[in-house]
Amino acid sequence: METFLQIYNETYKILLLLVPILVSVALIVWFDRRVWGFVQKRKGPNVVGPFGLFQTLADALKYIFKEIIIPASANKIVFILAPIITMTLALSAWAVIPLSDKMVISDINVGILYIFAISSLSVYGIIMGGWASNSKYPFLGAIRSAAQMVSYEVSIGIIIINVLLCVGSLNLKDIVMAQQNLWFVVPLFPMFVVFFISALAETNRPPFDLPEAEAELVAGYQTEYSGMMYAMFWLGEYANILLLCALGSILFLGGWLSPVDIYPLNVIPGIFWMIFKILILFFMFALIKAIVPRYRYDQLMRLGWKIFLPFSLIYVVLTASFLVYFDLLPK
Amino acid sequence: MKLNRFFKIIFLSEFIKAIFIAIKEIFSKKKTINYPFEKGKISPRFRGEHALRRYPNGEERCIACKLCEAVCPAQAITIENEERSDGSRKTTRYDIDMLKCIYCGLCEESCPVDAIVQGPNFEFSTETREELYYNKEKLLENGDRWESVLAENIKLDKPYR
Repeated sequence: METFLQIYNETYKILLLLVPILVSVALIVWFDRRVWGFVQKRKGPNVVGPFGLFQTLADALKYIFKEIIIPASANKIVFILAPIITMTLALSAWAVIPLSDKMVISDINVGILYIFAISSLSVYGIIMGGWASNSKYPFLGAIRSAAQMVSYEVSIGIIIINVLLCVGSLNLKDIVMAQQNLWFVVPLFPMFVVFFISALAETNRPPFDLPEAEAELVAGYQTEYSGMMYAMFWLGEYANILLLCALGSILFLGGWLSPVDIYPLNVIPGIFWMIFKILILFFMFALIKAIVPRYRYDQLMRLGWKIFLPFSLIYVVLTASFLVYFDLLPK
Repeated sequence: MKLNRFFKIIFLSEFIKAIFIAIKEIFSKKKTINYPFEKGKISPRFRGEHALRRYPNGEERCIACKLCEAVCPAQAITIENEERSDGSRKTTRYDIDMLKCIYCGLCEESCPVDAIVQGPNFEFSTETREELYYNKEKLLENGDRWESVLAENIKLDKPYR
């Protein structure tokens, strides 16, 4: 009975987080398309529901009722497993994200490592999808995607080291609480920019959407997918984008903290600030999608390995020596 | 010059400029319209669905001169004619294969009595091929339905012909 109750409680908690996340993924897809359209002087989706809010719901319905086609030469098990893995991993990383000082499913002391590990694993979904399709475009797309995500993860890792040096803890709550006086975006601004660009590359967003460069690779690793499986890749992708926006706001923008600790602002519940910051970051994601052309593959690799990696390494050294020199290292 | 470029790249100045332009564009007036609910303006010369017109007294305008049939580059028009009891030459058959038609407007231009015209309607898609083989009844019906617009358009376009 005891264990049953516990399982019930945990499931309840997980559902309470997952359902809002899936709903917000639907809304964020709409928001993305809308911003994209507005920048291009279009209206964007505005027919289904008020302001077109239910557009994603309609799309999802369409995907559900479509036939799932599995190519004859595909490796069936891996082919089916790939979108499941992508989505599961994208959602499971949310377990440690604190939406406010009390709203977190599992407050583990190595939260940032956990997120990092999970987001590294998400490459597998893409590789498996591309390989199991047994077709050339998905395969090329998967190779590109894997190389891209792995190389940008390296620079994201080093950027996170910068933040961790200032905090002295891997717990996400501690990271947020360490920003009570000063958000890390101020002292670590260059790192914030590099983090943002790496996050674009990490989630395969334009200008780094090479894996699904439709002019060259049809739809990259998603080419052979249809129906609900394709929708799951999509869900996973956008859940990942939201996750990195949340991570960005926790690492640099002070998570659920209000910008200034004065009366009318600090009574607003933390979760609103968190959502607000995620939305701002996502708005930037959507804007960037509308304004930049796609990078060439070698340019992408050069940017990752020859510019971001050394730059963030140098910044680690600078941050560390600054902290040691002024004796500001967290105890 | 080189230093200038270096700073441009380092501080992402082009990107920041682009972001401001994008934010400006978000609040600009949108160029697209909600198509099925509102429609764009169509020129009086627009070459849409065909129609056969009548005189105000209800007589068909077409005199079966077959100029349109001859000029049609896609050979989409088929005409057969007979002599009526009053001595006038009229069509017994006037078919347009809308699938062959390239909407060039030559039939309209060649017509000496403004009988065959291309109206402003462009929403006549169908679910089967057969529905797009227009015969005389269909074309005359189109003419009756759109007559007011067709007459107005021909009047507006007159000075330029």
